[in-house]
Amino acid sequence: MITGTVILAGLAVALAILLILASRYLPPAADPIADRLEQLLPRVQCAQCGYPGCRAYAEAIAAGNASINRCPPGGDETVRQLASVLGQEPEPLLTDLGHASLDSVARIDEELCIGCNLCAQVCPVDAIVGIPQMMHTIIAGHCTGCELCLPPCPVDCIVLESRDG
Amino acid sequence: MAEYQIHRRPTGGLHLAARKTISTATRINRNLAPERLIIPMTQQLGPPATPTVTVGQRVVRGQSVGAPGETPSAAVHAPRAGTVLKLEQRLVPGGNRLVQSPCVVLAVDDESTEPRTEPQGHWPDGHTDRIQAIRTAGIVGLGGAAFPTAEKLATNGSCSTLILNGAECEPYISCDDMLMRESAAEILTGAQTMMSLVGADICLLAIERDKSLALESMAAAIAELGDERIRIATVPSVYPGGGERQLIELLMGEEVPSGHYPIATGCVCQNVATAYALDRLVRAGEPLMTRIVTVTGKGVREPQNVEVPIGTPIRELIQHCGGYVGNVERLILGGSMMGYSVSSDELPVTKATNCVIAAHRDEVRDSYEEWPCIRCGNCAEVCPARLLPQDLLRRSRSYDYQQLDVLGLSDCIECGCCDVVCPSQIPLTDYFRDAKQARRTHERHRRLADTAQSRYLSKQERLRLQQEQTERLQTDLKAQVAADSKLRQETVQAAIDRVRRRRDADDAR
Repeated sequence: MITGTVILAGLAVALAILLILASRYLPPAADPIADRLEQLLPRVQCAQCGYPGCRAYAEAIAAGNASINRCPPGGDETVRQLASVLGQEPEPLLTDLGHASLDSVARIDEELCIGCNLCAQVCPVDAIVGIPQMMHTIIAGHCTGCELCLPPCPVDCIVLESRDG
Repeated sequence: MAEYQIHRRPTGGLHLAARKTISTATRINRNLAPERLIIPMTQQLGPPATPTVTVGQRVVRGQSVGAPGETPSAAVHAPRAGTVLKLEQRLVPGGNRLVQSPCVVLAVDDESTEPRTEPQGHWPDGHTDRIQAIRTAGIVGLGGAAFPTAEKLATNGSCSTLILNGAECEPYISCDDMLMRESAAEILTGAQTMMSLVGADICLLAIERDKSLALESMAAAIAELGDERIRIATVPSVYPGGGERQLIELLMGEEVPSGHYPIATGCVCQNVATAYALDRLVRAGEPLMTRIVTVTGKGVREPQNVEVPIGTPIRELIQHCGGYVGNVERLILGGSMMGYSVSSDELPVTKATNCVIAAHRDEVRDSYEEWPCIRCGNCAEVCPARLLPQDLLRRSRSYDYQQLDVLGLSDCIECGCCDVVCPSQIPLTDYFRDAKQARRTHERHRRLADTAQSRYLSKQERLRLQQEQTERLQTDLKAQVAADSKLRQETVQAAIDRVRRRRDADDAR
């Protein structure tokens, strides 16, 4: 009887110590809700939601600071999926934020490009290659159609086209 | 010759009223002489062929006008001698909708002048050479899916049974039926060639019970040929019994696993018309240039089966059959169940076009009002792929791709049985086609998003490293500058001290 009690009590104390140590020294788990939300977003990093990247937007939604209808490239489908994960009612997509779309792809008019390199610096996925003073080009397979390269171009030589297929 | 015994019944399916007799009154019409050919480079499956001719060039009958692209793609040949008028992008019939494809437009030479023929190649000896010859001849499955026959026959010896598909289950189509009545011997020699290519030791010829004339003709031809390996399997007339997977399940008693080709069950399934085309290649060295098309429906004056050069505009085909009659409500390519309606008859016949229906109002469904699903379960009973259409419908409407995969959306053969039996008239198949398309788009976006995220993260990492390096350089530089200025101050201070000491010493003196 006493032996049993002692063993169990000892075990409880030992495990409690182990748990306390683990929670103190192991890295804290990432926010699981933000992770799930981020996976639902198109992750094109267009920042049209007003947050610097999809991760930041996902964290803002998870913290309850942002509405779920701010993702233009995700469209209504993403809103619906976010709503179902969060147990909310879907809201209509805000249309005035931008028009980024995974179905479009940027193209540089190589006649006009002056090689200023500004577009390559803002491209979130490094889909623009070219060295300064030389014509640049876009790797279509990596371009996400985020439109971030449009504003910095001083000669307006970048256009968005629909992706084939 | 013993008839092959079938020990099971088909899964699901429907007994549909056959409308085949409309087009089987006359023999196959082989006199069609089109004035113009629109030869599509996309013959339904795989990437388009590359045109090998230029505008203004003269081509002879049987000349290759399109070289195959990446597998599965097939070569394309000119079925008539003529002059290339144009190379252009046009809408052509694809799998279940119209698709854009490069086309070679050909003005056919006046038929009164002797049609010139390309010198025919001989049938080679080796296995590899023969498969290559089939590939070069552009032969594809003529049942409707147009899968390149060469790919299907290159089986590496894992095939034991060749199934010859003469089960034509669509209510209106009769082209295979007529071909079996008229060219039984050629079909059988074609089948023998196929058997030797795939190494099969038995050939099952599946024909529906209600095609008595075709059954008779084939049985007579088998008896005459005296080949014990070829046996007739009489199958029930159930739609979609002629579907490849359905037929294999019925004959072999084994389902083709989801996501696999039929070769996984040790058999290869070929259409009778494909065997006929192969026989023409072996005998006369002819590439695939024509196919039999059923022209039918109340809206055409003389419904019949016609041997049509690939690329013939449907308008010329209908004119050849006496033109339109009455008020044609709809023009349908393919059968009434799996075909689709088109709004123009300026479309070409492709290798996959097996039927053209000019339908009157009383031949098409008249109401499209959709009511809510009452969960009666009729759709699940008739589904030949053993799916649960009502669950699929619910998930299709909510684009729940994960559940759609679990429910086996990709195994839906889009036969349309569920549409027919649905008491709420829900166009289930349309929803499933739409969901399949949406799922493909979703997959593509998903892949793009994954690479985008990893590239974004690596760019962030690179920028962070650059930032760190800059900061380190700045700190180093600051320390250097500080050290330099300290040294200078000390030197100056030392000089001042030295001067002051000397002055003090001078003063003391």
